[in-house]
Amino acid sequence: MILEMNDIRKSFGGLEVLQGIDISVGKGETVSVIGPSGSGKSTLLRCATFLETADSGEIKYMGNKAAWTDETGNMKYVSPSELKKFKSCFGLVFQQFNLFPHFTVLKNIIDAPVSVQKRSRDEVTEEAMAILEKMGLASKANEYPGRLSGGQQQRVAIARALAMNPDILFFDEPTSALDPELTGEVLKVIRQLAEEKMTMVVVTHEMDFARAVSDRVIFMDGGSIVEQGDPDKVLGDPDEERTKRFLRNYKR
Amino acid sequence: MEFQTVLSELVKCFGTTLAIFLLTLIGSLPLGLLVCFGRRSKNCVLRNVTKAYISIMRGTPLMLQLWVVFFGLPMLLNWFFGLFGLRYIADSQWRFTAAIIAFIINYAAYFAEIYRSGIECIPKGQYEAANVLGYGRAQTFVKIILPQMVKNVMPSVTNEVITLVKDTSLCYSIGLVEMFTRATQIANSSSDTFFVAFMTAGVMYYIFNFVVAWLMERCEKAMAYYS
Repeated sequence: MILEMNDIRKSFGGLEVLQGIDISVGKGETVSVIGPSGSGKSTLLRCATFLETADSGEIKYMGNKAAWTDETGNMKYVSPSELKKFKSCFGLVFQQFNLFPHFTVLKNIIDAPVSVQKRSRDEVTEEAMAILEKMGLASKANEYPGRLSGGQQQRVAIARALAMNPDILFFDEPTSALDPELTGEVLKVIRQLAEEKMTMVVVTHEMDFARAVSDRVIFMDGGSIVEQGDPDKVLGDPDEERTKRFLRNYKR
Repeated sequence: MEFQTVLSELVKCFGTTLAIFLLTLIGSLPLGLLVCFGRRSKNCVLRNVTKAYISIMRGTPLMLQLWVVFFGLPMLLNWFFGLFGLRYIADSQWRFTAAIIAFIINYAAYFAEIYRSGIECIPKGQYEAANVLGYGRAQTFVKIILPQMVKNVMPSVTNEVITLVKDTSLCYSIGLVEMFTRATQIANSSSDTFFVAFMTAGVMYYIFNFVVAWLMERCEKAMAYYS
């Protein structure tokens, strides 16, 4: 397993946003997470990427524990330097892209591999240019993000995450901040990654995309996983009443 | 007194004005960043101490602060040295040193608040992206936050720098002979130089600020390399 999260709980001021989530993602798997807003999808990703600290549960990457609940019931995380190693296992693509506006497209992609992972600049640059080439953005390498469209910016953000050579990529509603006509180019890139067997967890509201691309779909509601399984089953003929209601409302 | 004489006298003293201006910037621009760190610190003692410091510096007249440093600091030092049976005597350079100290601690407070606003308007997503990419705290600040802050604060810093040019004339109140003090001396020396001395000084301040504003505009443009 690339990622395992067991019995993850997280509360924000009395409100339990995650009520004991179990999720595991195998190598090469593409998992989509769907559900109404406020169901805890984003919080789950933020706990997986250590942007939020979970209150209890266990988080493992590549079989190694990054966080766990000890005997006294307290949540323990590995030391900051250890955590840094875990962070190189994953990449996260944000809804709002969060590119660095003062870096060019190329610098956005190569800076972390060079200054965090201490890899050679030439090697990383070559790799970054290959990724940009594949995404049809090679001509934008020296532009600043502010001069690109939303769709282009999000593709650069994906390239930035890929350049870290992660074992797993998380997407937090990657197309929600885009104009409808720009979602296609981003989804195409994610679909291509799925075909190349990149391990991915995609939080999304794009049902057709989830159905076409995922190996597994997870439906979350009220801080817990209601139903998961084959995309055609979960999205086409779900067992649970809550899933049915959500899909009905969604279509309307 | 001839106009040429007035001009050459003022030009001679302009060096002191320029020195106060430059030394204040060299001291207060970096000190302001330290104060800003203190103001944003998680440590509540440090945070409240810097908050009080900023409040006092901004809430009292700069001229008063000049006096407190110029008269009060030697007294304090004398008391302190007295504990060891020694005496501290302010030397002839003290007027200048006191002015620099007062200006630096005053301007650092203003710069600290300008920096703080420049940092706080940077979206949280920038920190999160840096965090996920594995940048450490120091790296995140130096590589991601600082360059964006510098761009954000340029217009406000320009404002302060222009104010500083004019504020140097407050040194008159502690008798430090810079351009304004000299103009006052010339003006008081005879009735026919009164007008020409102040007018010449005014024109020189204006030209100085014109150059400063032009330089700052160049800096602002250089910082606006991204949108």
